[in-house]
Amino acid sequence: MFKVVKRKELAPIEFEIFVEAPRIASKAKPGQFVILRIDEFGERIPLTIVDTDPETGLVRLIFQVIGKSTAQLATVMEGDCLADVVGPLGKPTEIENYGTVMLVGGGVGIAALFPIVKGLKEAGNRVITVLGAKNKELLILTEECRAYSDELILMTDDGSVGQKGLVTQAMEEVFAKESIHTAWAIGPSIMMKFCTMTAQKHQVPIYVSLNPIMIDGTGMCGGCRVTIADNIKFACVDGPEFLGEEVDWDEFISRMQQYRPEELRANEIYEKQVNHHGQG
Amino acid sequence: MAKAKRSYTKTPMKEQAPEIRCHNFEEVALGYSLEEGQAEASRCLQCKNAPCIANCPVMIDIPGFIKAIEEGDMPKAHEILGRYTNLPAICGRVCPQEKQCEMVCRLGRSKKFEPVAIGKLERLVADWALEQPIEYKEVVGEKGKVAVIGSGPSGLTAAGDLAKLGYQVTIYEALHSPGGVLTYGIPEFRLPKRVVNKEIERIKAEGVTIETNVVVGKTITMEEIMEQFDACYLSVGAGAPNFQGIKGTSLNGVYSSSEYLTRINLMHGYQFPKYDTPVQESKNVVVIGGGNVAMDAARSAKRLGAENVSIVYRRSLAELPAREEEYHHSVEEGINYHWLTNPVEYIGDDNGRLVAVKCVQMELGEPDDSGRRRPVVIPGSEFIIDADTAIEAIGQGANKVLLDTFPELSLNKWGYIDADEETCATSIPGIYAGGDIVTGAATVILAMGAGKIAANEIDQYVQNKKMQEQSV
Repeated sequence: MFKVVKRKELAPIEFEIFVEAPRIASKAKPGQFVILRIDEFGERIPLTIVDTDPETGLVRLIFQVIGKSTAQLATVMEGDCLADVVGPLGKPTEIENYGTVMLVGGGVGIAALFPIVKGLKEAGNRVITVLGAKNKELLILTEECRAYSDELILMTDDGSVGQKGLVTQAMEEVFAKESIHTAWAIGPSIMMKFCTMTAQKHQVPIYVSLNPIMIDGTGMCGGCRVTIADNIKFACVDGPEFLGEEVDWDEFISRMQQYRPEELRANEIYEKQVNHHGQG
Repeated sequence: MAKAKRSYTKTPMKEQAPEIRCHNFEEVALGYSLEEGQAEASRCLQCKNAPCIANCPVMIDIPGFIKAIEEGDMPKAHEILGRYTNLPAICGRVCPQEKQCEMVCRLGRSKKFEPVAIGKLERLVADWALEQPIEYKEVVGEKGKVAVIGSGPSGLTAAGDLAKLGYQVTIYEALHSPGGVLTYGIPEFRLPKRVVNKEIERIKAEGVTIETNVVVGKTITMEEIMEQFDACYLSVGAGAPNFQGIKGTSLNGVYSSSEYLTRINLMHGYQFPKYDTPVQESKNVVVIGGGNVAMDAARSAKRLGAENVSIVYRRSLAELPAREEEYHHSVEEGINYHWLTNPVEYIGDDNGRLVAVKCVQMELGEPDDSGRRRPVVIPGSEFIIDADTAIEAIGQGANKVLLDTFPELSLNKWGYIDADEETCATSIPGIYAGGDIVTGAATVILAMGAGKIAANEIDQYVQNKKMQEQSV
């Protein structure tokens, strides 16, 4: 059992938890993830490791409520335990001194981007970070990213903070005035696809972190397979980071929808249960 | 009173009727009663130099335990089995006895008689034992510390034997439940998980510790294991699925058998939404392959409510690698077969969903390296099978997660661990390996046999090492 020692609501429907998992905390590197299962009926869901503290053995995770399991995870309180947490999984980001790098995060993807921002800054890069979200409330970790960025650009759909517009606009502004060696983009798949197209236009390599459906997360089922440069790869062991220009985006986006009816059904049943108990 | 005449045929075992069982995941074969078991046991000739023993990978004293059943002495039968195997309830159910012990049974070699139902008798004893209270032993482990990586049949066997030999044994398992293929691969209707859990509980009672959620190579490294333990047994299996790689492999609705069965067995997908993990609802299912895994996937799909389930196999019935019993069960349950057929493309709709599998007809040509006649495509024989789900059960390869982080270990040309079959020794002293990670995908009992060998070799290695250390 893995104890949740701290929990915080970061934004409407976005939560942060610190889980006691000393082995993972001592091994995790930027870019890696865990798979967790809330209880014995639970499914295995992947979440990126945002931060770790090897001394206290804590692993920091951030998630957005998007369905049944994440809604249930949001009800896990300080002192409660998760049945299973396994990791660190996946290949770490290749952290080195590239020169000037651009990091683009969207929505809850910012949580997955932050450890890479931090790692690249600590490796001596000039770091330009672009963060985007629907509105001010959903734009998370801005101050933490600022601490590890030479320049921070904030974008919101409604202009409630930073500039109004999409992260790709900010990318264009950066490309206009800076010579970027390598870029990263983490967020919704459609955002990563467009970030890739923008970077390609400027001939800058861009890494994306793919978040396909996963089960075991250890390479034994191929549920998370993605087509990378016309080859089948398993995101859990070969990734989750890949070069954006090599990803078959349409296939990736389509595979994300595979269980849409079942996901909606599970969520509906869960909401009914919660409401029922709420009234009782 | 004169002894009853020896029956020509095996004592039949009660089964759930096909039309009922194809709608549930409960066990198909219901097991012998003690009386049925005694009747079957009395068919055994009690051979001296019994050939059945030599053809069992863990060399169980088969006439010995059968004699005890005939005498109605179940504790004795169990005690005899326990000397050779840690997983009798599992082996009694899933071993291909027709290719092992029962194949050489002297009774069965005579023309009139079927062999003694050794597997079913083993299961009877094991199921009896699982109902007896568990005695937890005090762990002393004074002989040393051994790590076992992977809790499938090979690892469980090695761990159980090492604990009995006096070692402190820790098994590291990547998934949240132990058992390996027994837990995520073989379905409930062939191998109930309560049987697997109870058998594992008995191994823990011998003093074995199982730590789940530990991916060796990631959560802990091999270097750490070598520092903390006197020896290590690698039994991580062959769990990386192969895909044929034909066009359309990434369409929604195309699964590896590993994913399909893991969703169902490990994650209880057949009980969705009580359990959170879904499995796709299907009407027309095509399963590719001819092994036990293909049977398991096809029969599972039928139980999940699919109307048409077809198995597509590139050779013919004579070459089918699956167990005969499972093939018969599948036919009874209404699984269709397309013999001498190979898929060449998955066809999808505009939404990226599978709608059909394009296949070609094959004919058998000259024998290949394995001695089986090689299937050759018949030109112009293409045809379409409607399918919303396709499951590839064409075999597994070595999972590289651990091996990639441990390059010191020698691998063979197929990417499996290069280990001595006689001793399970690898290129690194103190590290042993066995089961599917050495042989490629094989059987539960062969994996167990390797675990037994490894346990004895590890014992010798650790004791020799300690003696040398003392003499220095």
